[in-house]
Amino acid sequence: MANFSKSSVPQFSVEVYQNEFLPEGGRDVNAIVTVTSTGGGTTGGVPLAAGAPASARVPGRAPAAAVVLMVDCSGSMDYPPTKMRNARDATAAAIDTLRDGTRFAVVAGTHVADDVYPGNGRLATAGPQTKAQAKEALRRLSAGGGTAIGTWLRLADRLLGAAEVDIRHGILLTDGRNEHESPEDLRAALDSCAGRFTCDARGVGTDWEVKEVTEIAGSLLGSADIVADPAGLAADFTRMMENAMGKEVADVALRLWTPVGAEIVFVKQVAPTVADLSGRRTEAGPRAGDYPTGSWGDESRDYHVCVRVPEAGIGQEMLAARVSLILPPSPSAGGVPQTLSQGLVRAVWTDDMAASTSINPQVAHYTGQAELAQVIQQGLDARKSGDFDGATAKLGRAVQLASASGNADTAKLLSKVVDVVDAATGTVRLKARVAEADEMTLETRSTKTVRVKK
Amino acid sequence: MSQSHQQASLPGCPSCEEPLEPGDLFCGACGYDLSAVPAPPGDRPTVAITVPAQGAAEPSAAPVEWPPAAGTDGSDRSAPTHRPADLPGVDSGGRPLVSGERAAVRFDEPGAPVGSPPGAPDDVPGDFELAAPDPRTVEHAPAGASAAGAKVCVACRSGRVDTDGYCENCGHAQPRERDHMEEELGGVAAVSDRGLRHHRNEDSFAVSCTALPDGSPAVVAIVCDGVSSASRPDEASAAAASAANESLLESLPRGAHPQQAMHEAILAASEAVNALAQDPGQAMEHDQHRHQNAPACTLVGAIMAGGLLVVGWVGDSRVYWVPEDRSNPPARLTEDDSWAAQMVAAGLMNEAEAYADERAHAITGWLGADAYELEPHTASFKPDRPGLVVVCTDGLWNYAEAAAEMAAAVPPEAHERPLHGAQVLVGHALDGGGHDNVTVALLPFAVTARGAGSA
Repeated sequence: MANFSKSSVPQFSVEVYQNEFLPEGGRDVNAIVTVTSTGGGTTGGVPLAAGAPASARVPGRAPAAAVVLMVDCSGSMDYPPTKMRNARDATAAAIDTLRDGTRFAVVAGTHVADDVYPGNGRLATAGPQTKAQAKEALRRLSAGGGTAIGTWLRLADRLLGAAEVDIRHGILLTDGRNEHESPEDLRAALDSCAGRFTCDARGVGTDWEVKEVTEIAGSLLGSADIVADPAGLAADFTRMMENAMGKEVADVALRLWTPVGAEIVFVKQVAPTVADLSGRRTEAGPRAGDYPTGSWGDESRDYHVCVRVPEAGIGQEMLAARVSLILPPSPSAGGVPQTLSQGLVRAVWTDDMAASTSINPQVAHYTGQAELAQVIQQGLDARKSGDFDGATAKLGRAVQLASASGNADTAKLLSKVVDVVDAATGTVRLKARVAEADEMTLETRSTKTVRVKK
Repeated sequence: MSQSHQQASLPGCPSCEEPLEPGDLFCGACGYDLSAVPAPPGDRPTVAITVPAQGAAEPSAAPVEWPPAAGTDGSDRSAPTHRPADLPGVDSGGRPLVSGERAAVRFDEPGAPVGSPPGAPDDVPGDFELAAPDPRTVEHAPAGASAAGAKVCVACRSGRVDTDGYCENCGHAQPRERDHMEEELGGVAAVSDRGLRHHRNEDSFAVSCTALPDGSPAVVAIVCDGVSSASRPDEASAAAASAANESLLESLPRGAHPQQAMHEAILAASEAVNALAQDPGQAMEHDQHRHQNAPACTLVGAIMAGGLLVVGWVGDSRVYWVPEDRSNPPARLTEDDSWAAQMVAAGLMNEAEAYADERAHAITGWLGADAYELEPHTASFKPDRPGLVVVCTDGLWNYAEAAAEMAAAVPPEAHERPLHGAQVLVGHALDGGGHDNVTVALLPFAVTARGAGSA
């Protein structure tokens, strides 16, 4: 939640961790960029763009936010019937968490989308009365129909786009596969919504498709998770809503300037979860490109940037990348993007072998965490396709990485899928019997990382 | 650059600290094999590459010994710059300098097989257009900082230089003020340069002129070399040079004996460097992987006052004496605190072996909070003829190790034009490969009362 005791201007700090020393002929520069935002309850007159028209925000007040709750009401939600009841209760709990004044709507999703509250194609403004009305509307929700998530997202986009707010967020709950539209339809819906609002996605039960849910959250810069037991929904929805209410700044971009002749090998978010942003670059002037990061509250994220620079001689120093956090242009700021903070990634060529061969601990750590996420995916895919040797090797490597990096949560999830013989060497046996929920939990949460042990 | 300051030192046994005798091959107390002195870490940017100076090839030049002290056995020593009646070199405590049993110590042998063959300089051809801007040709802009907005990149010559000092086009770092520094005062000149292989200049110097209480002039030069394997070596050398210089500017006019003043100046410099260890500094983000290492540097200084030449040093930066009349032999006036020098002094290796060893340049004395025991060396001389005092870091003497080589590298007119002479010497090091930062100060020594007190 917004904290009014803090500075009224959102503070972004950028820290760069790297070993800048390259050997003769070295070209790849790796750096971990830690971005920390300490927002206030407000942006204190700093113009925040939420698209045109300009925000009607009053300085000194929390940012205006709009949230659309998308609840799966397909027929499968009635098996067992507790699922629908839990979904209703969870949505009600989320509505209770709304800050008064927040704009909101509830969408019942089946093979079509229906805005069940307020129901007039617009958003309601949260207050005691509207919250009660919304909860009343929830009681009328019943299960029946198919699943076409793309239609839900498009409706949410229409509702959110009509509001003059800073933060636009969606919360999506599904329990089944996206069976009543083609994957291309969902992809097209995601593409049209990307950058217009952020969205957290949750799968309840075990009949949904992990890759669909993680793709929705990935495209819309939100979180993905599994709620295997419907009874856990209310707590999870409350947490998600609190998180959404804590967002201060929307549409922040990570801008990367690189020198002429340089090639960007990749740009990944590596904490709190791994997400490859390399393909989401939009050009931003000469030698610079923007990568979307979504909305920020009080939080800290780490990015791994790898740049291949033109080689220079021993003793040379080069700026390999300038990393900055950018707010999009807004009319009140004269249409000029605002740089919030920046950090420098350097390259220095040396013949000092001790300097050029050492690996920065942060870079090493996150390289391991990214590999961890990858080998879990590969291991589970191999297991599903019947390649048990391949699955054992990949998941063994995952156990080794999780154990070495102190990623206790992932290690715990792995131990439900494999029997660990020796974590240090990555020797494991596949469990003969694995609960579907455990496997899906591991797959959904495989991208969660831990930070470097201090 | 000075090498990492790993303990490679005698006379304490590395295993049990038992004092050792020169010549011991094993520790008398614990039997530790003294030839197995711990290796320094792999940080070896500067392999000692001796590029024989022209005309210095004949190995027959008179070997010059450590300056003799009166009353010690100097039987087989020729001390060309000193005559018997001259003031002997003494240490800081006024005691005679190290004497006879170290006869095995022979330095300044021209053509000593040092380090690896000079292959490296050849492999830096101009096959990429972004080669290091040669500091002799590139204009460094001491006053250019304010005009940063208008500057054009020295590397790609098309990009504008951004406010953070990098080209907005090719990203290359622009020359910094410290990359090349020159200073000339009456009677002393100094030049410091980043060299061709290091990304920043970690050397520093200070030169000044003052007056003794009797009104006679005193000239001071201090040269410091930051230890690269430590953190913030550039700050260490700058702090040491300025602290030593300020100490001398305070003590010399007050009438302190120059040798005592030099001793105190080294202690003052040491304190200044020690103080850096407590202060986290701003450069930390660039030195993250080595910030546990206290800042450290070497120091060498020379004072000309009252007809005396006083030198003082810690580490492997050196002072050479080059007589104006080149028919007289030149000499080196300092003895390195280095692994090689100690091995030779202890009789464990001959000079050729010691300097061929990759540990040769590991220094055994330095200024810094992690120095084991600070032993400032000072020596005092009374030259009887005019000459030139060359105060330099290993970035220069790696390319002119022997005194004769150094003398050959000094241009003949350096006595009259010390700044030009210093520039030529820096050029000599750059021509040799410029593997390290190069700093040299030249002090022309004039003998006023010629022949006074001598036969």
